[in-house]
Amino acid sequence: MPAADPWQTAEIAGPKKASVITKPAMAQAVIHRAQHPVLIIGHYAATIDIGERKLVDYLLDLARAHAIPVIATGHVNRTLKERGYTGAVIMPAVEAGHRIADPCWNGPDGKGPCDLAIIAGLPYPMEWTLLSGLKHFAPYMKTITLDNTYQPNANWSFANIPVKEWQENLEAITVTIGTEGQTDV
Amino acid sequence: MLPLTEKKIALTIKEMESGLGRIRDLSISIGKLSAADWTEPEGPTPYPSLTALRTWDRTLLSRYQPFYMPFCDLCCLCTYGKCDLTGTKKGACGITMPAQQSRTVLLSACIGAATHTSHARELVTYAIKKAGRDCPINPGGNAIGVEAPIIRLVCGEKPEILADLETVLDYCESQITALLAVTHTGQEGDPLDFESKVLHAGMIDHVGMEVADLAQISALGYPKADPDAPLVALGMGTVDTTKPVILVIGHNVPPSVAIIDYLHNENLSDHVEVTGICCTSIDATRYSPRAKIIGPMSWQLRYIRSGIPDVIVVDEQCIRTDALAEAEAIHAPFIATSEKNCLGLPDRTNDTADAIVTDLVGGKLAGVLILDPEKAGEVAVRVARTVAPARKNVRASTDPATIREQVTACTQCRLCQRACPNDLKIPQGMKAAGAGELSLLAGLYETCVGCGRCEQACTKKIPVHSLIVAAAAERIKNEKFVIRTGRGAIQDIEIRNVGGPIVLGEIPGVIGFVGCANYANGGKEVAEMSVEFAKRRYIVCTSGCTAMSIGMYRDEEGKTPYEQFPGSFSAGGIVNVGSCVANAHIAGATIKIASVFARRNLRGNYAEIADYVHNRVGAVGVAWGAMSQKAAAIAAGFWRLGIPVVVGPHGTKYRRMLLGRADHDADWYVHDQRTGEDVYAGPAPEHLFVAAETKEEAMVLVAKLCMRPNDTTRGRAMKLTHYIDLSQRNLGTIPDDIPRYVRTTADIPVTLKGEITRILAQSDWKERPIPDPTLLSRDKPSPPKER
Repeated sequence: MPAADPWQTAEIAGPKKASVITKPAMAQAVIHRAQHPVLIIGHYAATIDIGERKLVDYLLDLARAHAIPVIATGHVNRTLKERGYTGAVIMPAVEAGHRIADPCWNGPDGKGPCDLAIIAGLPYPMEWTLLSGLKHFAPYMKTITLDNTYQPNANWSFANIPVKEWQENLEAITVTIGTEGQTDV
Repeated sequence: MLPLTEKKIALTIKEMESGLGRIRDLSISIGKLSAADWTEPEGPTPYPSLTALRTWDRTLLSRYQPFYMPFCDLCCLCTYGKCDLTGTKKGACGITMPAQQSRTVLLSACIGAATHTSHARELVTYAIKKAGRDCPINPGGNAIGVEAPIIRLVCGEKPEILADLETVLDYCESQITALLAVTHTGQEGDPLDFESKVLHAGMIDHVGMEVADLAQISALGYPKADPDAPLVALGMGTVDTTKPVILVIGHNVPPSVAIIDYLHNENLSDHVEVTGICCTSIDATRYSPRAKIIGPMSWQLRYIRSGIPDVIVVDEQCIRTDALAEAEAIHAPFIATSEKNCLGLPDRTNDTADAIVTDLVGGKLAGVLILDPEKAGEVAVRVARTVAPARKNVRASTDPATIREQVTACTQCRLCQRACPNDLKIPQGMKAAGAGELSLLAGLYETCVGCGRCEQACTKKIPVHSLIVAAAAERIKNEKFVIRTGRGAIQDIEIRNVGGPIVLGEIPGVIGFVGCANYANGGKEVAEMSVEFAKRRYIVCTSGCTAMSIGMYRDEEGKTPYEQFPGSFSAGGIVNVGSCVANAHIAGATIKIASVFARRNLRGNYAEIADYVHNRVGAVGVAWGAMSQKAAAIAAGFWRLGIPVVVGPHGTKYRRMLLGRADHDADWYVHDQRTGEDVYAGPAPEHLFVAAETKEEAMVLVAKLCMRPNDTTRGRAMKLTHYIDLSQRNLGTIPDDIPRYVRTTADIPVTLKGEITRILAQSDWKERPIPDPTLLSRDKPSPPKER
């Protein structure tokens, strides 16, 4: 399948489309550059298998390693708590988008406006529309999705990649960033 | 042009001598409603224009700001385009992305309002023909005093006979035309003015729906506000396939009524099955409980392809536009009955029934257009009875061996999954089926929305949807449920009984589960949610396709929700009001609380009543599978009343939410009418339109959105109990916004006193007064906006 087609075939956006993450270093650089990123975790993260682990495990590794505040959407917070992560702010994904798009919002941790939203685990069309809102109305920030399906409305997205390749990417991103700091939230 | 209200002419002649003779007691009314003796004082906005309620709209929209999520970056509505509106770019006409999105929402709401209003016009015309212009409007006999709460509120009129509804529709049609004109290139350019007009379209939509249901209830003898409306058959498994079977699809009931009448008149009612899909089936069962409901609109492909229907009759709305092709594939004669849905068929309205029957039975025509319901009814029955014996062999389902054979062509390209709105793992099911294991494929049936896009995507032309349905054959045989048919309006006595507990917060909320069947995870979720809230003693209302989905699940004892819970508008009731247009009764019930319980004047008094509903009536709409433009219009009507609506994950495709900011304290001040002070009342309700990602998240949201500034301490404590309990069960934690909702220590639920007190102590919480709340600017100075 072509590398940069939306996963849901008809979800074609417009002239501005996501850059494809072709190697983990790209995602690492984006996340490193961010001064105040936020991680939005959708409920599918608790159910998607990646090797022996779930997507949520990789995302929590990332949050913990880089001290990234988490917004838990859907009912994923239950899973976060089961994994010992109790610091998430709970709100619907669209509310998270609305707040992130406000340059005066101080983020889920109250430390200042977000300059990067890392998103994964939402239903594909919901993530698509949420990213569209941020693409158009939050020009001062960037978005990256860590799902293995291409989201054209993000600034950066994987293409539609197989689970094994996805796993390798996520492991590389998490491990490298993990060396930067081990702050738990 | 004169406003409509000034076009009314009433001429009364007591006695006159003329060349024609003596005339005595002659009364002529043109465009005039009949209730001239209605003494209720008229409010400020009878027959409101596009801008009459703009101030109220702005009040709501300043709290609940649009968050736009464009579904397309381009505008392609005129020949300047396509214009790229990405970010801050403007189109060739100067339009911005926020304006374009709100313009699209307005278009959608106009389509919805036009559809309901056009449907209402058809029903009023039909009802007048059937029952006469002077047929009294009678939604519930002596049990109903406020017969048309929405019409009274919006139009400032009190309709008494069917002919009165024509004047109301004149108004609706004029408003929809003007609203549609607003969307033309070079008209409105401000997103909030577009949004105000969206709310206007929604309000008009509710008027149109009320007209439609009042007309059919009054003329067709439906249940009249009856909590014990009959339980009727629901599901494909309920059909007696040994009989000729007629399928009706759509929303406009006259052809179904004609079929039922013809069967009755010919003593054939026991010999032919009348089955239906979508709202027309609910209305058919309101007319005759012998009719059977197959399921929501998503059941169209699966039921037609079962081969069971011998004749398919369609009217209007939500009908698959390829229904004719699907009917041809099973050799079922097809009858279209609406000017709005002719499908390219020859118009045989003026031919004799004999001639039409001959052509359909003989196969000369695959389908016909008959714009006469009675003739369509006769033709449908006669054709069904004639073709049924020869069609028995069509009713063979695909056997497992055939399924295995057909899936062998699958290349696992995953295009079917990528075309599926719900991302169903069809390739895995196909692979397993090829190896003889059908359970994976069958398991998809529950969450399949029946759109058929998988088949369009398949390069090998595998009939994917049909194979899913065939694999689930056993499950389909057991689709044998019951649903309480539409009861119509809510009785005044019911409103009197629950008005106090609702307004004081002691009944924790009124929740309307409404809308289409585009569920992200199957219809079971909406059944589970409705049962959960009914068990918690909320009042659960429902209608349309959602009402069907609720009926399709059983508890451990084998009972459907309609058998478990009463149909009364009371705590713990599950109240099916009827088809789409019966949604007006849910909105009407909230309005009647203001009228019947609180004795507020309704007449042309929209803003005051909406302010009352918004601040005092803990009502929330849940459109879990909302798909259509009609659903958008219905939601907009609730928004203008200040009633929040929650949609499922596909609801983000409506392009924008209306979201409050709980963290902006200044947004949540109300004017306390007792003290004259501005008082922080908390974010209640926090949002006006919000998409939830999962059922679990939705239930927590709904419980929260039921809170209102007017809640008594006892009521607030009860609402908080449910909110916290649902949050703990579904999200694993006590919500972090509890301090915003606790006004005094008396609000704290007794069972959680220790924990909540600790939470309050850790915040900067201070006790605050419980206001007699209003947002109306005539009573309330603007609160300070400090952000």
